[in-house]
Amino acid sequence: MQNSGIDVILQGKNIQRLLFEGLFVTIEIAFISIIIGSILGILIGLSRTTKSKVILFINRVYLEAFRIIPTLVWLFIFYFGVTTALNIDLSGEVVSIIVFSLWGAAEMGDIVRGALQSLPQHQIEAGKALGLNYFQLYRYVLIPQAIRRMIPGTINLATRMIKTTSLVVLIGVIDVVKIGQQIIETSRFEFPTASFWIYGCIFFLYFIICYPLSKISKNLEAKWTN
Amino acid sequence: MSFDWNFVVTSLPLYEKAAWLTLKLALAGIALSLVIGLLCSIILYFKIKVIDIIVQAYIELSRNTPLLVQIFFLYFGLPKLGLKMSASACAVIGLAFLGGSYMAEAFRSGIEAVSKTQIESGVSIGLSKIQVVRFVIIPQAFSISMPSLSANCIFLLKETSILGAISIMDLTNLTKDLIGMYYTTFEALTMLVVIYLIMILPLSFVLSLIERKVRYAEFGN
Repeated sequence: MQNSGIDVILQGKNIQRLLFEGLFVTIEIAFISIIIGSILGILIGLSRTTKSKVILFINRVYLEAFRIIPTLVWLFIFYFGVTTALNIDLSGEVVSIIVFSLWGAAEMGDIVRGALQSLPQHQIEAGKALGLNYFQLYRYVLIPQAIRRMIPGTINLATRMIKTTSLVVLIGVIDVVKIGQQIIETSRFEFPTASFWIYGCIFFLYFIICYPLSKISKNLEAKWTN
Repeated sequence: MSFDWNFVVTSLPLYEKAAWLTLKLALAGIALSLVIGLLCSIILYFKIKVIDIIVQAYIELSRNTPLLVQIFFLYFGLPKLGLKMSASACAVIGLAFLGGSYMAEAFRSGIEAVSKTQIESGVSIGLSKIQVVRFVIIPQAFSISMPSLSANCIFLLKETSILGAISIMDLTNLTKDLIGMYYTTFEALTMLVVIYLIMILPLSFVLSLIERKVRYAEFGN
């Protein structure tokens, strides 16, 4: 018997599987990568305020490499290339966390650098004139001001990373898209229109996660630039 | 393990074919998304009733969902409702759907940056609404939004790398196939990266030239 299509979402354990097996993995990868990426990114951003040409050059190459080469290609490089070169076995999830962390660190580094460099020069000079040392200068003057300018960009980066985690299905991670495909396969005869409803459902799941984040970032940006 | 140059030579024609396909799809997607973006931003600027709510909803939907899911929906979902399209049509429509909203945002911020005095002077010398848009707003908005437009072009070209998911033989999909068939992991990946560099570096160079070209008459700053 053929059922009306939308029931496929609520049939059996389908919705639980989509949310708790699939979406959970997606969010887990995104969350871990955002954390690692932010920490590395802050260090990279701080290192980009030096005057050493070598460090600046290395940072530049690192950032441009992640900007020019598509993320999926990076996933392939680590999943096929690095594992073969080092003769190690990495699961798709580990590879995705590594790649997304490195990518996040590169972009985060640029956000931090932009925020630090956008601070007016007189803030640094005033801090020095007060006799603050470098640590105090960063701790009490620069970082509190820079964080405000960083947050909208960081939230934006987080939404981009969450969206890009959809690619992990292409290196064999069982994420929300893969679970969706499995449900479509198993309900092929019962629900011929399953792929329409399941992909539609995944589409909205991503939207529900990313929309509030991008709204918050937009509002903060509007509030803090004035 | 030594680098297999023989593989590079024999697989070069395949890569060339895939590169042209990638470029063709990306160009079609970029052209369409520029049109969609311009239309959407003008609709938002004039606040045309009802349509502007639809446009706003479209922009939010497209910006907050991944291209992969959009394309799966187009390619696997829509045929169930009787709307069948070829893989390349889905790819171009998907790219345009995603890119349209990014372009719209870029144009919109450009339009907003055109100073009010420009528009008022346009009106005061007797230009109609459409003439103000055509001769005053669009040329200036275009030059202001050029940096983000070119960033979006490169973004869309990079996004084509996922089209392999709907069995389009683009560069990334070809590489995956070659690795699977011949185990030439390093060679295939190196070719892939080099070809992306060959495509994207000149594109970004040309775009930055255009940027400089259109900003020459910038007013004020």
